[in-house]
Amino acid sequence: MMFISNEVKEKLADKIINWYGHSLRRVYISLKPEDLKEAARILFQDLALRFITASGIDTPKGFEILYHFSFDKTGEIISVRVLIEDKKKPEIDSLAPLFPAAEWIEREMWEMLGINFIGHPNLKRLLLADEWPEGKYPLRHEHES
Amino acid sequence: MSHKVVIPIGPYHPLQEEPEFFRLYVEGEKVVDIDIVIGYNHRGIEELSEHKHFDQVTFLVERICGICSTSHPFAYVNAVEDLAKIEVPERALYIRTIIAEMERIHSHLLWLGLAGHFIGYNTVWMWAWKYREPILDMFEMISGNRNHYAMMKIGGVRRDIKDEYIPILKKTLDDLIPAVNMFRGAVMDDPVIQARLKGIGILTKQQAIDWCVEGPTGRASGINIDVRRDDPYGAYDRVSWNVIVEKDGDIFAKTVVRILELYESISIIRQCLDKMPKGEIDADVKDIPTGEGIGRVEAPRGECFHYVRSDGTNRPIRHKVRAPSYMNVASNKVAAVGGTISDAAITLAAVDPCYCCTERLIVLDKHTDKKMMNGWDLIKLSQEKTQKLRNTIK
Repeated sequence: MMFISNEVKEKLADKIINWYGHSLRRVYISLKPEDLKEAARILFQDLALRFITASGIDTPKGFEILYHFSFDKTGEIISVRVLIEDKKKPEIDSLAPLFPAAEWIEREMWEMLGINFIGHPNLKRLLLADEWPEGKYPLRHEHES
Repeated sequence: MSHKVVIPIGPYHPLQEEPEFFRLYVEGEKVVDIDIVIGYNHRGIEELSEHKHFDQVTFLVERICGICSTSHPFAYVNAVEDLAKIEVPERALYIRTIIAEMERIHSHLLWLGLAGHFIGYNTVWMWAWKYREPILDMFEMISGNRNHYAMMKIGGVRRDIKDEYIPILKKTLDDLIPAVNMFRGAVMDDPVIQARLKGIGILTKQQAIDWCVEGPTGRASGINIDVRRDDPYGAYDRVSWNVIVEKDGDIFAKTVVRILELYESISIIRQCLDKMPKGEIDADVKDIPTGEGIGRVEAPRGECFHYVRSDGTNRPIRHKVRAPSYMNVASNKVAAVGGTISDAAITLAAVDPCYCCTERLIVLDKHTDKKMMNGWDLIKLSQEKTQKLRNTIK
């Protein structure tokens, strides 16, 4: 079986700052936030991976986002990890212009974690109620400094 | 386009599950835009999960959905087992597979009944739900519960399938085959259903790729993806079965995929019952180490995805859940636009969200934003269209 992860390694080459193969079908790649959009374009358009979803996580070092892509011919999941270090004004390029499937999950991360997605066509609340107070983000943690 | 503020006069009834709200913008008979609003039922499960220990989360995620209630715990235990690299006993893998496929059968029958109702085939509705009933009885026999079976557990399953249950299960499946044959005939050979469902609510293959849909919604559009085959879990790589793929992407194709999948599910369960080895059903997991894991299952509606991160304590520090409808419902943006309002109810229901989704519909005039009709009016309209077709064809 030809695993797509080899090809991903080749195509993203110098963008990769860390590569971790958890198992045969689970690979985690770390990228710089500024390389994300181009990398996502390569994965989605050139290599025909399917976007599953993204997991936004509040960590002491910053906001981490994992973009999970699936290559269904081999059953692999390539998770692209970026760390947004600026916790005061977190922002990153939106992937929604590349594929509409990213629209909802970016809206969700925006309201839950307060991450701004630059270039999102329709950044408004998805799940939270209209009465929910502005600037209060349910999935943010209180970290000891 | 006039996107004025609209005050929706919709029944936000707390007893109905899965409240979604579709605001349709129409021009004459044609749907020109659609606004999908979700979140009415947001319970903060991802946040809650961070406050429960790993075993409790299994029960928590089972509450995400009342229809495919085993898909979420199944994906969650897969994720934790991936994280901690746990070897699950063979027998437990087979039991998990049997439960998951029984769930697919009852879920697809449920959808078939509702789809029938939406287009005015109330007999199909009654029959489909009648034949769904014995499957629920089997769940009760095995787990004690008709829904929320609570079978999954990190490292195995919570209950065994006793030997004396196996012939009863097989008999129930045997009895189901003639019913599925009847549904297949009733749908595929009926000229009215063909005229009613073919060529409407089309999601093209390219649209399916762009919106990243999965499950029967994707497979009806020629997307040959099934997590059970592509990234095997449970005992799916130990039995033989087919992935059902159709090309047309219309409502008819989605119906055919679901009906034919019923046969595959029955076959998978039969094989599992025959091949299931004796032995332990639980790996007896003690601690969850630091790390991250991903688990996914092919739920009746598509891929159910869970991501879990652990910092070595007894609770996950992050648990991300993505249900299949998250992608599928969003694709209505392209599937329903361009169609007529009499097809809207069945188109929006074709991705198999839930009953009330279509009840929360209103139709607005594109130019005035005036409310024209609600969900029930739409179902009535849909049924009337079928009646007209019946009169012309028969």
